[in-house]
Amino acid sequence: MVARIVTAPRSKVNDFTMKLANVNGTGSSSANNLLMRAIFRMGVPVSGKNLFPSNIQGLPTWYEIRVNKDGHVARAREYDVMVAMNGQTYAQDIAEVGAGGYLMYDSSWPLDRALIREDITYFGVPLAEMCNDSFKGPRERILMKNIACAGALVALLGIDMDVIAQLLTEQFAGKERLRASNQLALRLGHDYALEHFDHPLPCRVEAMDATQGSILIDGNTAAALGCVYAGATVAAWYPITPSTSLMDAFAKYCAKFRRDPETGRNNYLVLQAEDELAAIGMVLGASWAGARAFTSTSGPGISLMQELIGLGYYAEVPAVVFDVQRTGPSTGMPTRVQQADLLSCAYASHGDTKHLLLFPSSPAECFEMAVTAFDLAERFQTPVFVLSDLDIGMNDWVCPALKWDDSYVPDRGRVLDAAELRELGVFHRFEPADAESVAARTLPGISELGAYFTRGSGHGSDGGYTERPGEYQEVVDRLARKHTAAAEHIPAPIVDDAAHARLGIVTLGSCELAVLEAIDMLKERGVAVDYMRVRGFPFGAAVRAFLDAHDTIVVVELNRDAQLRTLLTLETPVPKEKLHSVLVYGGYPMSAEDVVGGVMPLVEA
Amino acid sequence: MPSITKPRVTHPGLARNALGLTIRDYEGGMSTLCAGCGHDSVTAAITQALWETGTPLHMIAKLSGIGCSAKTAAYFARGAHGFNGAHGRMPPIATGASAANRDLLCIGISGDGDSLSIGLGHLGHLVRRNVRMLYVLENNGVYGLTKGQFSASADYGSTTKRGDANRLQPIDPILLGLSLGATFLARGFSGDKRQLVPIFRAAMAHHGLAIVDVISPCVTFNDHEGSTKSYLFTRQHDVQMTVADFVPPEHEIEATIPTDGVISINMHGGATLRFRNVPEGYDPTDRTAVLEHLMASRGRGEIVTGLLYIDEHTSDLHELGNTAMEPLAQVPYEKLCPGSAALAGVGFR
Repeated sequence: MVARIVTAPRSKVNDFTMKLANVNGTGSSSANNLLMRAIFRMGVPVSGKNLFPSNIQGLPTWYEIRVNKDGHVARAREYDVMVAMNGQTYAQDIAEVGAGGYLMYDSSWPLDRALIREDITYFGVPLAEMCNDSFKGPRERILMKNIACAGALVALLGIDMDVIAQLLTEQFAGKERLRASNQLALRLGHDYALEHFDHPLPCRVEAMDATQGSILIDGNTAAALGCVYAGATVAAWYPITPSTSLMDAFAKYCAKFRRDPETGRNNYLVLQAEDELAAIGMVLGASWAGARAFTSTSGPGISLMQELIGLGYYAEVPAVVFDVQRTGPSTGMPTRVQQADLLSCAYASHGDTKHLLLFPSSPAECFEMAVTAFDLAERFQTPVFVLSDLDIGMNDWVCPALKWDDSYVPDRGRVLDAAELRELGVFHRFEPADAESVAARTLPGISELGAYFTRGSGHGSDGGYTERPGEYQEVVDRLARKHTAAAEHIPAPIVDDAAHARLGIVTLGSCELAVLEAIDMLKERGVAVDYMRVRGFPFGAAVRAFLDAHDTIVVVELNRDAQLRTLLTLETPVPKEKLHSVLVYGGYPMSAEDVVGGVMPLVEA
Repeated sequence: MPSITKPRVTHPGLARNALGLTIRDYEGGMSTLCAGCGHDSVTAAITQALWETGTPLHMIAKLSGIGCSAKTAAYFARGAHGFNGAHGRMPPIATGASAANRDLLCIGISGDGDSLSIGLGHLGHLVRRNVRMLYVLENNGVYGLTKGQFSASADYGSTTKRGDANRLQPIDPILLGLSLGATFLARGFSGDKRQLVPIFRAAMAHHGLAIVDVISPCVTFNDHEGSTKSYLFTRQHDVQMTVADFVPPEHEIEATIPTDGVISINMHGGATLRFRNVPEGYDPTDRTAVLEHLMASRGRGEIVTGLLYIDEHTSDLHELGNTAMEPLAQVPYEKLCPGSAALAGVGFR
């Protein structure tokens, strides 16, 4: 249970949360995007989270916009403004508005009196009526209703109409008729609101300068770009929500950047596999033959890939796997978020296996870590998992503009060429190993001196088949040492221990913003905490040092079973009793209130 | 796979191919299969075909799954890279290898359990993608390493050693391939190397996926009376539908060969396939006609062998993907990274 947080009344200028309740498939997303982008263009920190159903048309869908001048744009649990555009969910939506808040609805039909609350203000806008009068086709009437609604919100929230007009011009460049319809619909809603309501509301947007140098981008697009920049040439996948847009973006950027201008041919190949077993098999085959190859999937795909992940681990073949996590187990809730694949990825496959994991917290890190993942996979000749999630992957985040260092050289790991093989004379696949317990590999198509038989069956250091205990153990012991050696190559945790507190919060991935906001809220209450966001597995010295330096540690994550806490207790010497949990696993992102509510009882105890 | 180092016995009289290599250079480790296993004869035929093609050893990639068949990838071309993957998963691994390096001569070795049970889905999609490779299906109707269970290719009514009859319908890889759009389908018998070698050579030159189903009897678990995959049964029921000669590009077609009943097909690399003794009405380029013939033969209980169907015109994996002629694994990084300037247009600003 999470305690309810009572905060002092505060100015709502550039500090409010709005929820838009829509029907899936009615074009609401373009209206929602328009509002969010306009706020971003006005220089104000903002987030937009799509809480959508696993459905194509007809079911309820919500979009949450949080505006916060201090950059606290994690999901908030109380709404200042509700836009109720879906009759199916009126009762629930109206109940969710915070006291003193506002509700906008389509007044073309009367509102059930039972839904009237005394403590909120209602704005009825006859959206359907207006659009029926102004537009002809039934589809256009439905689509434009959402745009008219956005127009009314623009007036009520003080959003700059010039910014909106500019966005429409950009969005509908070359499609003048569409631009004009959208502009008309916006104007209808806007003028109605100006004429009938006090405006703007106390919760409103005022231009700032806080998004300079930033972009709006989703994590799947950023991860795909990372793969393009890392030099990935073979991508294999099976469609699955919420990772599909990652491969879509990869194909889109490759079509743009990877078509040889002279030959017109593609320097990439995207393979839509028959299933996830095949997808990871293709990645292993391509990596074995020397390409940078990857797959993108979600939890159910990880389950299907287990067998071949073990092959990649044991045969020491690089692979990069993006797991855009969704709510499990089984099919679970495909359009909702969790961080619940940590353990199934860390120890994926039967037998003794351990893998390298990366935990991006934002689209910008998806971009960076995609590149890191390929470097690690090839340096350590092993599968690497990038554990993103639906919130990062599918929602637009305000991020620093992506940066690329043109002096970057890919770390292709130890690969012997024909000349090196000639000098070597006799090649053994798994010896000699270097200080990081990695041996040089060879690629097919280079030299017969480097030929060997890659196998998932028992083998000794020369690569040959074995059933002898000593020879078998020599290899698997080296694999364990190799995993340990990789720890210092995993991106270091982000630590803020300036408070020198005895209490530390540990988190990962998309929980970052909620935790940082919670730390500010705790500070206001006189509670000092230190902070660490782990960015990968295995854990290095910096992670162990933080755990060591704090008496009480709260691990904040999006799953029921405290998987990060489990991994920390298994893989570091930290005493289990020191670690407490804040767990959110209903399918929605973490909010600061969840964290504060989980930490306070520990402080007060 | 367990292997015993094979003594490399060569003598000066051994013939040399275009690369100056003898057939010994195309051999691999010593087989650990049962004495008399059909698979060893298939290995010998592959070795012979590879030597004849004169393919540089380092350009060969050998891929296999799990099972007796999978072991044989270690028994030829020791100078080639091999990848012994997981049960049924050879097709995707081969697809990835071929995607990364289109210049490799990929040879997949599979069995009936690997291809027709656990990996059936992958095989079907390998066909659809038309991945350029030789796919050998060493077919004995039985699981050997787990001691004698029926496989999915076991014929209806065929019996185990103990006399239990199979009551499930068999999956015929050739009929399956025809219906899925396969572009090269052949069936051979491990006991007939003279037929197998030219089939393998043609398969290696084929523009796309070449499936060669080889009836390869299991001497330990499926060579008894009552088995329809035994040496004796196969010899008694083998009907050679076609005899195919593979004529490499550098050879002139000899004018003395009679042209009656001969169908010649030009292959992509300039080689010619010459079908002799083709029965009336049989056209190895006509999918529907081939299907009709094979269904009729099956009804008569015949084991039809020969190069049964070929289509040199359908696009392969790389044509479908419009990929670079240079292996993707060898495209220099400078050509792959768009550079920092390209990020200027990324994201909403």
